[in-house]
Amino acid sequence: MRVTVLVRPKQGIRDPQGEAIGRSLNGLGYGVSAVHAGKIFDLDVDTDDAAEAKRIGEEAAAKVLSNDLIEGFEVIVG
Amino acid sequence: MAKVGVITFLGSLDDRDALRAVSTVGGTPVPLWHGDTDLKGVDAILLPGGFSYGDHLRCGALARFAPIMAAVADFAAAGGPVLGICNGFQILCEADLLPGILTPNHGQRFICRDVDLIVQSESPWIGNRAVGESITVPVKHGDGAWFHPQEGLAELEANGQILLRYSEDINGATDRIACITNAAGNVCGLMPHPEHAVDPLLGSIDGQLLVGRLIAA
Repeated sequence: MRVTVLVRPKQGIRDPQGEAIGRSLNGLGYGVSAVHAGKIFDLDVDTDDAAEAKRIGEEAAAKVLSNDLIEGFEVIVG
Repeated sequence: MAKVGVITFLGSLDDRDALRAVSTVGGTPVPLWHGDTDLKGVDAILLPGGFSYGDHLRCGALARFAPIMAAVADFAAAGGPVLGICNGFQILCEADLLPGILTPNHGQRFICRDVDLIVQSESPWIGNRAVGESITVPVKHGDGAWFHPQEGLAELEANGQILLRYSEDINGATDRIACITNAAGNVCGLMPHPEHAVDPLLGSIDGQLLVGRLIAA
């Protein structure tokens, strides 16, 4: 079963990657006032149980995929 | 003679310099391997710089789960001296053995040069140099901005855990903080490279203070 973990920089945390991308987009003429760059992880977990899949995704996100000091995460099952 | 273990992770690149620095200050260098669980009876541990696991995910985030890290955590909890330099600092922060986390330099550039560091707190890690004195040690990093929420910073300061600040803002680190310890004071981390500043041939020997602490413990 697929679990998708979205990791985003927390509000107020400096995001040099997003800033660089934003500058490039603005250089191309797109009016973008801010870009925040995060990460996507698609996990194919060894279970067909949606609740168990979500639990695995949340645990992996909290323990490994994100760092609570600077990032928040969202777990999507299916 | 004090035995100092230097851990080689997959992607470490300053491990040999660190081993040599330990010899320079008069210790016995002991190479340790990330996949081992035995610390070979060392008296102190050094986590060297580099790009463990290619800096994938976040710097140090994957190395913290290396087999040897459980032994390092036990060693630190028992009061053993542990020094993390650059990537080693990033690993110790990700492993929650030190507060905060290292994030990309705000200027988006890799920085490679000598920096002046101002002593903030008297500590054996920096040879008990007086507060306000300056030491010179090189940096070379792209992800060296130490971040800590404002909440809790005053406590770190009051505990004497903030040892060094950059004399100028080079990378966006919170309050220009360059070097910190854990609450007990036996675990220390910094982005600058003391192991590259132990020989007069290379300019500064101020790095001997930090590396020397490992053999004085």
